[in-house]
Amino acid sequence: MVIRFSIYILLLLLLASSCSTSENTEEVYMATPLALEIPQLFQDRILPPVTSPTNPQSVEGVALGRKLFFDPILSADGTQACASCHNPQNAFSDERRFSVGIDGSIGTRNSMPLHNLAWNYNQKFFWDGRAITIEEQIFGPVTNPIEMKNTWPNAVASLQNQTTYPELFREAFGTTTIDSVLVSKAIAQFLRTLISANSRFDRHLMGENILTPQELNGIDVFMNESKGDCFHCHGNPFNPLWTDNTFHNNGLDETFSDLGLGNVSGDPRDNGKFKAPSLRNLAFTAPYMHDGRFETLEEVINHYSEGLVFSETIDPLMKTIAQGGVQLTESDKADLKAFLLSLSDSGFINNPDFQNPN
Amino acid sequence: MKKIIFFLLATPFLIACSNDSVDNVNINFKFSQNWDGTQVTNADFNTTLYVNEMGRELNISRMRYLLSRFALTNQNGDVFTTNQFNLVDMANNATLTFNSDLVVPEGTYTLSFIYGFNQEDNINGAYPILNSASWNWPEMLGGGYHFMQYEGSYDVNTVPKPYNLHNGTARVSDGVFEQNFVTITLTNPLVIKTGSEINIKMNIAEWFKNPDLWDLDLYNITLMPNFAAQKLMQRNARSVFSATIN
Repeated sequence: MVIRFSIYILLLLLLASSCSTSENTEEVYMATPLALEIPQLFQDRILPPVTSPTNPQSVEGVALGRKLFFDPILSADGTQACASCHNPQNAFSDERRFSVGIDGSIGTRNSMPLHNLAWNYNQKFFWDGRAITIEEQIFGPVTNPIEMKNTWPNAVASLQNQTTYPELFREAFGTTTIDSVLVSKAIAQFLRTLISANSRFDRHLMGENILTPQELNGIDVFMNESKGDCFHCHGNPFNPLWTDNTFHNNGLDETFSDLGLGNVSGDPRDNGKFKAPSLRNLAFTAPYMHDGRFETLEEVINHYSEGLVFSETIDPLMKTIAQGGVQLTESDKADLKAFLLSLSDSGFINNPDFQNPN
Repeated sequence: MKKIIFFLLATPFLIACSNDSVDNVNINFKFSQNWDGTQVTNADFNTTLYVNEMGRELNISRMRYLLSRFALTNQNGDVFTTNQFNLVDMANNATLTFNSDLVVPEGTYTLSFIYGFNQEDNINGAYPILNSASWNWPEMLGGGYHFMQYEGSYDVNTVPKPYNLHNGTARVSDGVFEQNFVTITLTNPLVIKTGSEINIKMNIAEWFKNPDLWDLDLYNITLMPNFAAQKLMQRNARSVFSATIN
């Protein structure tokens, strides 16, 4: 009888195990988990951030990534760090129209600001969308011949031969053997912590302050299809990323010296399209557009108001192309600018956690 | 006795490992678009030319639309509903299928759904997934969400001009708004069996012709605050959709 009952129990266990998956018993090093601090405003209004299943955030990983971001060791001659062209005081962009590489080479695009990257749901990075993860984005500049001009073996050797880095990689990833993938993972972890959600307008949305009449009229211009009609590409109060993270030809040129997305996709329908940048922190991110052609916000607003030019791939949202733009009054232009500046988050650029630790 | 205990204990595992009853069908939707029967996909964007009912040559560069509250009614009049919604974006193939939480017994049904959101669902900023897609409809126009964003160019081979058919709540005057959703009720019987998929089809050409002719010279851009254009889209939406079983 005992035997028969035992058989029943064994059968039960077999049934249970047939429904379960095998457990992975391999030991995996775990650094100290660090959840992203999601602002209440984002929690309330938009989808959660995009994190990497193969690169979980950790205290040690973020600290290592921050150190690497500010360390010129990744460049061929040890003179240029990521931060050289992504300055915290410029919301991690470059105040120069084109960044300058280690040998004086000059780029062709303006350095993009870095904030709220984990909320890029489309996961296409750079002005032309050529990287599909933050980790992949980091691979670009190190070996780019007009930027850091290094090789990964050389960059990795520099880190490996340095006294502190092997131990920091062990703390972050459980190994002292450094490679490019771990470098990109660490920096990506740091970049995901660069969260900006405390501008005057953010606090207005949270009911914590009151905007000026000029700023309020500015958001009206922004949201009014008969006026600025900015919201179709640049978010709205319920999408406080202030970008749709997609690609548009916004009527800058009749012909293209830079194909943008078209150069990546190979599809001529994408020629002249560039990512709509976030409007956050505009006070710190001049010059503007993918090629930094506009030095001031006034120039940007004038472009959309009177400066649009036609090309084959122009976005139909540039609907007033026949008139050259949306024809804002000078008063509306000033108000729109006031609103745009209310999206600037000085707490972000001065956040001590985002400064050079070296 | 012990056998009874065994089967009682085993039942949850047996259920966990077994398939759902064959009589019940999880309803999956597929969304497709056509121009008077000719399939339209994002590969046609900006390149394929179409001629609308008034003879205007046009292309399509974007099509996004929102459908909600799908309901199936069987021949006894029993209605099976879901309050889910799906934002179809022709540029994103993942949105062209939608596995709903609707479960119905095999049988013959008719389909209805709402184009856009009804007044109860059209709550300003209420849905993070739609906010994240920048699908919001400005508060000054009544708030809530877009129902459709359909864009392209017309007179493409002469002097190309943009058109933007954006549809949502209709603004009558400052602060006065009119609901603009449409309950689409399709009368053709759909025989649903295990593995069936409901294909909801949009005939884009219908936006321009039925019941009202759409004059692109009159209605092309800045239509969101244009009450007449908003109501025109609402009227023509009724003939745009059809459904079949795959």
